Amino acid sequence: MQPEAHAKAALEVAVLVSIGRHPLTGRARRADQDARGVELAMSLDKARITLMHAGALDDDSESALRGYLGMGFQTLTLVEQPRDADVIPALASALSETKPQLVISGERAEQGEGSGLLPYLLAERLGWPVVSGLASVEKVEDGVATLLQALPRGQRRRLQVRLPAIVTVDAAASAARQSAYGPARRGELRCTEALAVPDEASSEWTVQPARKRPKRLKIVKAASARDRFKAAAAKAEGGGGQVLTDVTPEQGAEAIFKLLKEEGVLR
Amino acid sequence: MTGILRRDPRQEWIARNRLHPEHERVLAELGQGTAVATEWVGPNGVIRKNPHAVGFIGPNGIKRIDRSGVQQAASAGRGVGHESAAADSRRRVEIDAPAFLVAVVPDMAGGRLSSHDRDLLGLARQLADADSEQPGAVLAVVFGNHKEDGFGEAGVDRLLHLDEEVFDGYMPEARLAALSTVERELAPYHWLLPDSKLGGADLGRRLAARIQERPATGVWQIEKDDACELGWRCTARGAAGTTDIQRALPRVVLALAECAEPVSETRHAVQPLALSQVLPPLLGRIEDLGQVAVDPAGVALAEAEFILSAGNGIKDWDGFHHAAKVLGATEGASRVAVDDGFMPRHRQVGATGTWVTARVYVAVGISGAIQHLQGIQSCEKVVAINLDPGCDMIKRADLAVIGDSASILAALVDMVEQQREEKRDAA
Ligand SMILES: Cc1cc2nc3c(=O)[nH]c(=O)nc-3n(C[C@H](O)[C@H](O)[C@H](O)COP(=O)(O)OP(=O)(O)OC[C@H]3O[C@@H](n4cnc5c(N)ncnc54)[C@H](O)[C@@H]3O)c2cc1C
Repeated sequence: MQPEAHAKAALEVAVLVSIGRHPLTGRARRADQDARGVELAMSLDKARITLMHAGALDDDSESALRGYLGMGFQTLTLVEQPRDADVIPALASALSETKPQLVISGERAEQGEGSGLLPYLLAERLGWPVVSGLASVEKVEDGVATLLQALPRGQRRRLQVRLPAIVTVDAAASAARQSAYGPARRGELRCTEALAVPDEASSEWTVQPARKRPKRLKIVKAASARDRFKAAAAKAEGGGGQVLTDVTPEQGAEAIFKLLKEEGVLR
Repeated sequence: MTGILRRDPRQEWIARNRLHPEHERVLAELGQGTAVATEWVGPNGVIRKNPHAVGFIGPNGIKRIDRSGVQQAASAGRGVGHESAAADSRRRVEIDAPAFLVAVVPDMAGGRLSSHDRDLLGLARQLADADSEQPGAVLAVVFGNHKEDGFGEAGVDRLLHLDEEVFDGYMPEARLAALSTVERELAPYHWLLPDSKLGGADLGRRLAARIQERPATGVWQIEKDDACELGWRCTARGAAGTTDIQRALPRVVLALAECAEPVSETRHAVQPLALSQVLPPLLGRIEDLGQVAVDPAGVALAEAEFILSAGNGIKDWDGFHHAAKVLGATEGASRVAVDDGFMPRHRQVGATGTWVTARVYVAVGISGAIQHLQGIQSCEKVVAINLDPGCDMIKRADLAVIGDSASILAALVDMVEQQREEKRDAA
C-alpha cells in the first residue's frame, strides 16, 4: 500500500486524557474512563491516534500521563496550562489545528470540578455533535460513525453520527489494557504552548472531602398513633392489584400481554 | 354540620346510666343505636370508655376485645362532629401570576415521573415558594408521550407538553432546540434537570453549553444565602463523587436523586402551556437507529429490566425457557426451583439470592414467601401466575392470573408470536 493512500484512508482520532486519582490512596494515576477511551480508539481500524492532555507538568502528572503512553504510544501532546486554568480555549484551539475526525474523552474527570462539561463545551465551541456514554464504535464509513451507546440495565442503542464529532465513553466500554513500563518510560511528552485563561469562578468555591449524605427517612404522615404503628409494622402490601379468576388461559395471557405492551418491555 | 360540639349534660348522664328508664331512648337519640354507648366525651371534655360495652364473645365463650380497629371502623360515625377522614387533605395551590418560572425537565423514564424527577420537583418548589409574597411557578417541560396523571400532586403549576414525533427516541439535538426556544420565550429563572445518566445529565449539559450558563452538577443540597447572586447556595459533588463543592447556585442546576423531599402536602394546578413559535425544522447530525437486541440471558439479574421468574409451580421447564426467549425476558427463579436443580444458583431471586430492580417482574408458580418478596421489593410492576388465589404473591401483584402456568405461558407465547408475525406482514 502506498504511504499516501494509507494516510488518506486513516481516521484521525484524538483522545483527551486527564490525570486520574486513585479512589483509596488518592495518588495520581491514568484515569479509568480516559484509559477506556484510549482502548476504544485502539480498537478502531486504521486509526491514527493522538493522545492529548491540557494541564501542568509535574512529577505526579508525568507519571500518570506515562501510564497512557504505556498502552503502546510513542508520543503524547501536552498543551501546557497552569493549574487553575480553564482548559477549554486551549483544547479547542489545539483541536481546530490538528483537525481530528473523532475526539474521544471520558465522561467526567476524577479531579477538580469533575462536572463532565468539557466535551459539551468543546462541541459547542467547535460546532460539532457530541454523543455521550458509548460502549463501542461499530464502524466508521464515509464520514459517518455507527456507535453503540450504553443504556442503563445492560441495554444498547445504535446511533449514527456525522463526523467530525466528540464522543464520551461509558464504564460499559471494554476495560483498558495494562500499561507496560518500558514503553511508558520511552514515550515522549511533546509540550506545546497555549494561551492560558484563568478559571475565576471556581476560586470562590469551598471544596471539602465528600460528606456522607444523610439517609432519607421514611416519613409517615398519619393522624393517629395507630396509623403510624401500622405503617411501621405492616409488611408492604401491593393492594389494589387486579386478580383474574376463572378465566381461560387465553384471557389471562391477553391481560398479561396488554400490561407488558403498556410497560414497553416487549420488543 | 357545624363543627361545634353541642352537649346536653342531662342526656349524657342518662346515656351513661344503664338503669335509667329513658336510657334506651336517649341512646337511640344520640345515634348510638341499640348498642350501649362505648365511648363519649365526659363533662370535663375527657373521653370516657365503657369497657363492658365493647368486644364480643369469642368461640370459647370468652369475651374478646378487638383493638385492631376493625370494629371501630365499622361503627364509625357515632360521635358528634366526626369528619370523614378519607377526604384528600392536600392543599390546593394555584399561582395565577407567578413572579418567575422554575423550569424542570423530568426524565419521564417509562413515561412516568421517576422518584428522581419527583425529588427534583420538590427542589423546584423550594426555589419557587421561598418568598410567599412573590411565589414562582414550577414549569415542567415534558417530551414525547407520557402516562403520568399525577403532575399536580408532584408540584407542577405549568406543563409544557411537546409531543411531536421528532422528540421520540434519542433526539438530543431536537430537544435542545426546543429548550432553547423555551429559554428565549419564557426565560425561566432557574433550570433544573436530573443528573441522571443519558437523561437530564446529557440534555442539561447541552443546554448549559448552548445558553452559556455555567451549571452546577451533582447538586444534592441547597440553602438560602442572600450573599449569593440568586439568593441560594448549593452543595455539589465533584471529582467523581469524592469532594463536596460549596458554591453559589447558578441558573442551570443538575441535581442528584434525593436532593429534596418530594411534594406531598399540596396539589397544584397543572395549567397547560404552549410555545407561541412553531419549532423550526432541524437537520440532526445524530440519528437514532433504535435499541439493539441484547441477549437477555447475558444481562445481570440485578439490573435486568424484565424478568420472568419460575417457582415450584413450573412443571414444563422447556416451555418456560421458550417463553423467556420469546418474550425477551431475563430468567429468574425461586429458591425451590434452584434447589431442585432446574435453574442455576445465580438466577435465584430473594433474600439469599439477588435483589432485583426489574420494572416488570412476572412470577410464575411462585407462592411469595417473605424471603422471595424481599428480593422483589423495588420492582415496579409484578405479575403473578398461580393456581392458588390466596397466596402472598397475589397480594403483592399488580396483575394476578389464576390458572395453570403452562397453558397461560403457552397462550402468551402464541400471542406474542402472532403479533410479531402480523407486524412483519405489515412491514
Ligand atoms: C433462610 C431462608 C432463606 C431463603 N431465601 C430465599 C430466597 O432468597 N429466595 C427464594 O425464592 N426463597 C428463599 N427461601 C425459601 C422460601 O421460604 C420459599 O420456600 C420459597 O421461596 C418457595 O418457592 P416457591 O414459591 O417456588 O414454591 P412453593 O412455595 O412450593 O410455591 C409454588 C406455587 O406454585 C403454585 N403452583 C403449583 N402448580 C402450579 C401450576 N401448574 N400453575 C401455576 N401455579 C402453580 C402453587 O399454588 C404455589 O403457590 C428461603 C428460606 C429460608 C428459610
